[in-house]
Amino acid sequence: MTHTDGYTTETIIGLEVHVQLKTNTKLFCGCSTTFGAAPNTQVCPVCLGHPGALPVINEQALELAVKAGLALNCDIPPVTKWDRKQYFYPDLPTGYQISQFDLPICAEGYLDIGTDSSGDAERKIRILRAHLEEDAGKSMHDEASGQFDTRIDLNRCGTPLLEIVSQPDLRSSLEAKEYLNELKLRMTHLGISDCEMQEGSLRVDANVNLHIHVDGKKIATPIVEIKNMNSFRAVERAIDHEVDRQYDVWEETGKTIKDESKTTRGWDDQAGRTFLQREKEESADYRYFPDPDLLPVRIPRERVQAIQSTLGEMPGEVRERLQTQYGIKAYDAEVIVNQGKDFIELYETVVTICGDGKRASSWFQQDILRTINEQQIAVSEFPISGTDLGTLILKITTGELDNSRARDVFQHMLDHGDSAEASIKALGITSVDSSELEGLCRELLTENPHVVEDYRNGKQQAIGSLIGQAKKRNPNANPKTVRELLLQIVETL
Amino acid sequence: MLDSATEILRLQASGEASAVEITQLALERIHASQSGINAFTHINEEGAIAAAKAVDQKRQNGLPLGRLAGIPIAVKDILCTTDMPTTCSSKMLQNFVAPYDATVISKLRNEDAILVGKTNMDEFAMGGSTETSFFGVTRNPWNQLATPGGSSGGAAACIAAGTVPLSLGSDTGGSIRQPAAFCGVTGLKPTYGRVSRYGLVAFASSLDQIGPLAWSVEDVALLSEVICGFEPRDSTSLDQPAPSLLSAIQSTDLRGIKIGILEDALVRDGLDESIRRAVMDAAEIFKQAGAEIIEIKLPHSDHYVPAYYVIAPSEASSNLSRYDGAHYGHRSTNLASESVTKNGPLAATYCQSRSEGFGTEVKRRIMIGTYALSEGYSDQYYNQALKARRLIKGDYDAAFNQVDLLLGPTTPTTAFPLGEHLDDPLQMYLVDLFTVGANLAGIPAISLPAGLSEAGLPIGIQLQAPALHESQLIFAGAAYQAATPHHHLRPENFRF
Repeated sequence: MTHTDGYTTETIIGLEVHVQLKTNTKLFCGCSTTFGAAPNTQVCPVCLGHPGALPVINEQALELAVKAGLALNCDIPPVTKWDRKQYFYPDLPTGYQISQFDLPICAEGYLDIGTDSSGDAERKIRILRAHLEEDAGKSMHDEASGQFDTRIDLNRCGTPLLEIVSQPDLRSSLEAKEYLNELKLRMTHLGISDCEMQEGSLRVDANVNLHIHVDGKKIATPIVEIKNMNSFRAVERAIDHEVDRQYDVWEETGKTIKDESKTTRGWDDQAGRTFLQREKEESADYRYFPDPDLLPVRIPRERVQAIQSTLGEMPGEVRERLQTQYGIKAYDAEVIVNQGKDFIELYETVVTICGDGKRASSWFQQDILRTINEQQIAVSEFPISGTDLGTLILKITTGELDNSRARDVFQHMLDHGDSAEASIKALGITSVDSSELEGLCRELLTENPHVVEDYRNGKQQAIGSLIGQAKKRNPNANPKTVRELLLQIVETL
Repeated sequence: MLDSATEILRLQASGEASAVEITQLALERIHASQSGINAFTHINEEGAIAAAKAVDQKRQNGLPLGRLAGIPIAVKDILCTTDMPTTCSSKMLQNFVAPYDATVISKLRNEDAILVGKTNMDEFAMGGSTETSFFGVTRNPWNQLATPGGSSGGAAACIAAGTVPLSLGSDTGGSIRQPAAFCGVTGLKPTYGRVSRYGLVAFASSLDQIGPLAWSVEDVALLSEVICGFEPRDSTSLDQPAPSLLSAIQSTDLRGIKIGILEDALVRDGLDESIRRAVMDAAEIFKQAGAEIIEIKLPHSDHYVPAYYVIAPSEASSNLSRYDGAHYGHRSTNLASESVTKNGPLAATYCQSRSEGFGTEVKRRIMIGTYALSEGYSDQYYNQALKARRLIKGDYDAAFNQVDLLLGPTTPTTAFPLGEHLDDPLQMYLVDLFTVGANLAGIPAISLPAGLSEAGLPIGIQLQAPALHESQLIFAGAAYQAATPHHHLRPENFRF
């Protein structure tokens, strides 16, 4: 990027992403992880940090963490261990968070972003590590009733998080967004996490600074960690803002990475700017040490391989396969894959029955996606079965229904839960005898001599107006067949 | 009758005494002893009588009874109980009632034991004299000017005072064995992981272990069999069946057993001559019973206490951070306004609640541990201590390649006068010289009464065994008690 005064800058971004693992119970106790329960109802002596209570590792969390690691091309070391990260806060009832310090469950990996239709990645973003840790509770500061009033909800205490730390390999806010999209896609595709930023099951912190090239020298600005971003769009905007801000501050003060240690800034989405939260990062000494209540965990190669074998296709692989197998466009394949596993499965069921990938794809991009969005339902709740949808689309392919009649049938299927056949019957759609159609066409041509005239004068499209009239007289008339008949007959007149 | 659990079982079976009668007697003696000895922080008057009635009822109805049916048992006030406060003898938890029973407590209840009360201890088990208790010192029934030892001072004193036949203590660096030695009773620290720590309020998690105290090895074996065993709620619990210990008492023939006598320990400066002699006498008794005696050295024994006093406070500093006044326990009600102004209301609440709630020794260890774990110091202290710990384990591994058991003193001295070491923490820490090794290595060890000093204070000798070999300790300990009268000695004012 070149700024107005001519200096070339490079944006350096590293992301720390917390994803909440989709386990039934918490990381170290049997409490439920369901979101939205009444405050302090999903707690027990363990996650309340009561004296004498002890943590026990949740095997499902280990399983999902390994799965996530494999999806991010990480090495899974044979031994991982637990460390206590110590700090005082009322939503952390033990006074320490059980986390992983030097032996994370997932070691180095990478994520390809900007993958094009040929499957070639434009950028490989390295992942430093991913480690498991327990979440803290929530503090709700009630400012209305004075500064002393803070409510604590400990339901979230002990919820399993996987913190995925990228190398500072991202070079723009767009790349950051692509990285997050791809990461989220993989986590949701594999059922590892819901990745709902609004519910806090995905959280992003961004470390950002600039490399400014001045007279052949590279000057690095101080590193800023941005927090409080509530959507991918916010991440994009916050980074863009921070890039401009850091450049301006550098121009103003000339301060570089050597002059100032890392600071933490919050993102104010409404104001569209970051604000200073914490000045000096080095003040925190978490006094990490191995948690004596938990044993190191061995993850034998065989277990990793077993989990690997359950992974199935990655989203990128599905995208490619849909294109080659069904002949659909890269963009369309992406739309289908982005909707998740259930959507892909529904699509493939439909294609198996109707045998027309492109037509099915167009129905999925439009009618089906629109229905899902309008009704705000999960794919698994879609009211029409794959078999029925396939049957419907097959009838278009065979010419039994035209697109517009098919939409009527689709609507009827949605409204009444009938099969395709039953809906067709209910709507009184019957196929029209060809001699009957021929009669209709002759009738129309006789009644509209000016159309015949126009056609003879070279205006082929004049025929089109008769197709609409045919539909009016007999709604079951197939426009394609009508058109063919009209052309045949007009030539003989 | 209250000095033998097996005798109590027999009396009830024969109909000579009911559980209620036995429990009432125990409660009477507890009340009578409190003003002088102060072994209890809580007396479970109603609960105990109700439990005893239930046992008698069961017996009347011919229902099956647990292995500890109708036996009054006292438990250290560090074990969580739903029907009694769990204070750890700290102001911090003065009014705290746990929402659940510790696993060992559930096991006692399941075996129809009668929980008569909670026993006094050093605050959060930090100390060796029960003098750091918020509820006042416990006195030694053998000499009320002397300490009963600690931290499980109340658990040892309540037996020596004749109030109950059995108690549970916890041992992080000697906290069962040292008070057992000072009070002339038998105390066992099982292998680390043998007894579930679920519900044992943590002091130093990698060292803490629950264990029984009683007059005799036989009673210790009885209670051990009940409390040992794998439990999934404690990740450090060993996946091993509870050991069969009472059956280890069948024979007193020690032929084929090799016992290593700890040579270095016997030439230590500061070891009482009477204790040295008791160890030598014990060696002779074991030899008479057929054991082979070999001299053994633990080469790194100088490092045991220093390593212990880094590791234990480090873990403690972390374990005790949960007492912040925010969720339960003591919360300061009169925050100093200058503190609120300077630190904000939250930090002020933390600081003042912890300052008021913890005693001096607890604060000292939190500070030592916090320092030892700090960035830039942890390599010098905490990590260095972990290396020493590996060497210590190596010491024991090498020793147990040669012998089955190790014999030595439990403590360098007999019970010291109350107040003697209170202002001298280093002297207090040296009391743990012979006991911390078993905790650092995770192995089982037992302290056996071995007679009285010239001053009339009990002497304890210690046997240590390889991990999971509690049965060897019980076997040799019972043989020793079969050949000696020491465990039958009773303090003058408590002969019933």
